[in-house]
Amino acid sequence: MSALASARPERLVKDIASLRARFPALAQEVHGKRLAYLDNAASSQCPDVVLDAMLEQQRRNHANVHRGVHALSERATEAYEGAREKIRAYLNASGVDEIVFTRGTTESINLVASSLGSRLELGDEVLITQMEHHSNIIPWQLVCERTGAQLVPAPITDRGEIDLDEFAKLVNERTRIVAVAHVSNALGTVNPVEQIIELAHRVGAYVLVDGAQAMAHMRVDVAALDCDFYAFSGHKMFAPTGIGVLYGKRELLDRMPPYQGGGEMILSVSFEKTVYNALPYKFEAGTPNITGAVALGAAVDFLNTIDFDAVAAHEHALLEYATEKVLALGARVIGTAEHKAGVLSFVLDRVHAHDVGTIVDSEGVAIRTGHHCAMPVMERFGVPATARASFALYNDLDDVDRLIAGLERALEIFA
Amino acid sequence: MNDLKDLYREVILDHNRAPRNFGELDGADRVVEGVNPLCGDRMTLYVKIDEGRIADIKFKGSGCAISVASSSLMTERVKGATVEESMTLFDKIHEMLAGNGAALDELDKLAALAGVREFPTRVKCASLAWHALKTALSGAEDRVSTE
Repeated sequence: MSALASARPERLVKDIASLRARFPALAQEVHGKRLAYLDNAASSQCPDVVLDAMLEQQRRNHANVHRGVHALSERATEAYEGAREKIRAYLNASGVDEIVFTRGTTESINLVASSLGSRLELGDEVLITQMEHHSNIIPWQLVCERTGAQLVPAPITDRGEIDLDEFAKLVNERTRIVAVAHVSNALGTVNPVEQIIELAHRVGAYVLVDGAQAMAHMRVDVAALDCDFYAFSGHKMFAPTGIGVLYGKRELLDRMPPYQGGGEMILSVSFEKTVYNALPYKFEAGTPNITGAVALGAAVDFLNTIDFDAVAAHEHALLEYATEKVLALGARVIGTAEHKAGVLSFVLDRVHAHDVGTIVDSEGVAIRTGHHCAMPVMERFGVPATARASFALYNDLDDVDRLIAGLERALEIFA
Repeated sequence: MNDLKDLYREVILDHNRAPRNFGELDGADRVVEGVNPLCGDRMTLYVKIDEGRIADIKFKGSGCAISVASSSLMTERVKGATVEESMTLFDKIHEMLAGNGAALDELDKLAALAGVREFPTRVKCASLAWHALKTALSGAEDRVSTE
């Protein structure tokens, strides 16, 4: 091992211990060892402020929203709509009517694919990339099957980057929708979404950005990006599961037909005609996940206290440190893009990813193994599965060292 | 905690390193594809049946050590056995993996798979080959998934 690989980086968040202390789940032991939680790309842990907000909402303010005239319903509505405003401000959207609460990224994408996608016609094209998560492939596949439009996957390079020249060639006057990940879940690649949005807009196509993997790692400004839609999940940005957001430009959401029918999304109903509610309620049929939304608002409050430049440097330092260490063990790293978020996907020659996962788990280290819901990516790199360590702002060098010790154990067992 | 040594016993590691009956089988009567979507295990099982006996059996594919070793051990054991014997064996393996206290001594070498019981997320890896075998012998379908 080189001296460089064993040197511990210095560009780390200074007071990592007090930051970690805010995440109660991190304080536990697993199989008798301190938990090293490195599965953040699958789901991140919640800080105390998020947990407190959830409990408070359930203990005191539990009621339905937008319905009752009683105090609890008013408080619930205030908390729910307050969360929407927090998210609007955080994303720099122009109005709360552009913030639709969903169950998560998957539902957000399905909403756009079903609603906007219903206007697709034979000969139209939906352009995605080879690195998309299944949730940014299948909704488009379904709507293409229904409408006769064609799904076009843009190729990626050996490093796991979108081949922009090839991408540009695939954008044409038939392209109606472009759907692309901001950050790849399987490779960690940060995609040049600004350039992609500009290319797409030149031909009048709409752009949906899958931001599931971006929100915990960078500040997202939808106005600056000029994307038409931005989809993300709460549980990958320190909030619980079951809540997510679709940001959409007002003029587009306005013109789109409803996605699901039910209560809340209507103004008046008769058996002859229903008048739909205003945005964003037109897309929020049924009683929403109120506590989830409140928790997501609290997660945004938490993120507002975070210096993202410091976090990016911290996660990058962890990634570099971990990358050098796994390479020194002879691993092949899948995804070596120039711009990467804290995702390290790799395979060991002698040990299948699934065995790696079990062995490091016995050391208290949580990683993800498998195809990461991105089977076309696995196929592109000729591997059935990878092991993936993914970092969040609360991870430290000990977490990485523990992973490496677990990998050494795996190599020992499979010597 | 659960002991890794119990999961990765020498027999398992050996069959993973050097799987027996690995490859395609020309003239197979039954070809079944098995997938375990959780970890990306994928295997194809080839079976040649002659007068109610498994005359030859091979498998190919890629998977974790548990899945490869289980496939290898299985083919080694059922080659030459009758279809009926193999179906009975499937039930015993199923019982063992479900933790219902199957008679391990009857299973001989296959008892090495017993360690998987303590690792619930890995039971599907061990059972994939056996489900493929059952499907092949009952001849109903040509594809099996552990999901």
